[in-house]
Amino acid sequence: MEWLNILIQGGLLGGIYALFAIGLSLSFGIMRLVNIAHGDLIVLSAYVALVVVENTGLDPISSLVIVVPMMFALGYALQRGLLNFTLSGGLLPPLLVTFGISVIIQNSLLQGFGAYTHRLQQGAIETASLPIPGGIAVGVYPLLVFAVAVLAIAGLQLFFYRTRLGRAFRAVSDDADTAELMGIDNRKLFALALGIAMIFTALAGVLFAIRTNFDPAAGPIRLILAFEAVIIGGLGSLWGTLLGGMVLGIAQAVGAALSPTWQILAGHLAFLIILIVRPSGLFPRTRD
Amino acid sequence: MSLLRTHGLSAFYGDFQALFGIDLSVEDGETVAIIGANGAGKTTFLRAIAGALETAPEMIEFDGRRVGHSTPHEMVRLGIAMVPEGRKLFPSLSVEENLLLGGHCGRAGPWSLQRVYKLFPMLDELRRLPAPALSGGQQQMAAIGRALMSNPRLLLCDELSLGLAPVVIRAIYDCLGAIVAEGTTVVIVEQDINRALDASAHFYCFQEGRLALSAPTKNFNRTAITAAYFGL
Repeated sequence: MEWLNILIQGGLLGGIYALFAIGLSLSFGIMRLVNIAHGDLIVLSAYVALVVVENTGLDPISSLVIVVPMMFALGYALQRGLLNFTLSGGLLPPLLVTFGISVIIQNSLLQGFGAYTHRLQQGAIETASLPIPGGIAVGVYPLLVFAVAVLAIAGLQLFFYRTRLGRAFRAVSDDADTAELMGIDNRKLFALALGIAMIFTALAGVLFAIRTNFDPAAGPIRLILAFEAVIIGGLGSLWGTLLGGMVLGIAQAVGAALSPTWQILAGHLAFLIILIVRPSGLFPRTRD
Repeated sequence: MSLLRTHGLSAFYGDFQALFGIDLSVEDGETVAIIGANGAGKTTFLRAIAGALETAPEMIEFDGRRVGHSTPHEMVRLGIAMVPEGRKLFPSLSVEENLLLGGHCGRAGPWSLQRVYKLFPMLDELRRLPAPALSGGQQQMAAIGRALMSNPRLLLCDELSLGLAPVVIRAIYDCLGAIVAEGTTVVIVEQDINRALDASAHFYCFQEGRLALSAPTKNFNRTAITAAYFGL
């Protein structure tokens, strides 16, 4: 029963990792952009929420109605005004530019907020738990985050497969040059794509900051976790990303059960093992 | 009246010049063939017209307007559609989604999903299949249908016959007639000279990036074509 508990808690932890990964997966899937600043954008969202909470008195989850549109606008502007210019020269230029953005975000946050750790306070929901049969208690908040991840992915799937814009995104992901020849304005579409990716980044940032302390340097580890979830699940598969997040979460929970010092390392080890056994991940979609 | 006119159209791939000052015109409603050997610049010419290569504004005149230096999606909005060499259907989209994507720009005109299915009834039966599941000929039909969905005034067809069986090629060229009957102007690029000449009223022969011969297809002189084709 103890192991079942570990599986459940670890699996639920995967929800936040999947949320970390969605934005990264979208920007890579649609425009082949490896966004090194992704983790810092998650943390930036948390700081934006912090400012909104302090100035409006909203609780963190309600602050999403302000944070999400702001981050969408930032993503749109960032792609349109900067990253679009890096996409014609191969993989390296966007990598370098987003690395630079990462450094800028970290240092600006350090300048503006100091190196202190912060946390968003949501109240009683953070510690509430539900008893389930077998003497196991499941945290309401992790359950909520997991449900948000599932809904986010289901919503994105519907968007990609049922809407005109989603169809255009899939076509551009297949072959951007031909899509442009068929009348699609790639630059505008890419800007929308990063905007949409940032919606999920903002969601991930706020939900993570309610659960965990954050500081200006908290981004890179979120980036690595996001990368691992995407790679374990297989590039281009959103449900795979959720599963990748769960694999990471479960590996960490198992590691922590063995010894608290093993928690983080166990996740990375699980990632390395999967990379060796199935280099293209559990559900690969992208074929290039 | 000329629908398309090029003035000293030159195009480059990096430092390599692929087209040298091409001047040609295509009348409204006419079907024009561009022939020439491998590397003569036929595909480059079509890609330049479609906006995929850098050109100066005055080099391309479409419907009386200078439209060079436009992006591909702007060209589609103006009414120039392309059937690219090798079909280039989107592999993760179904046949119907490929067609719908062609209509993304929302230009009004006679072509709709229903009309395309009427022209190519086979596609109607296959519409839910992923594009790579189709045979070469079916893919070519889907690629033509996808281009028509943007309701083009000018349809650029690159190597329609490439890799297809003769009977399939004939079927596809028969369908071109229905497209021309809608008033669409068509430019076809072909390696297969006879096929190209049968389908067109006027032809241009390219040779090493330059225009070597231009003539009405009727009463063409076969030796003149051979000379222009091979540069003899």
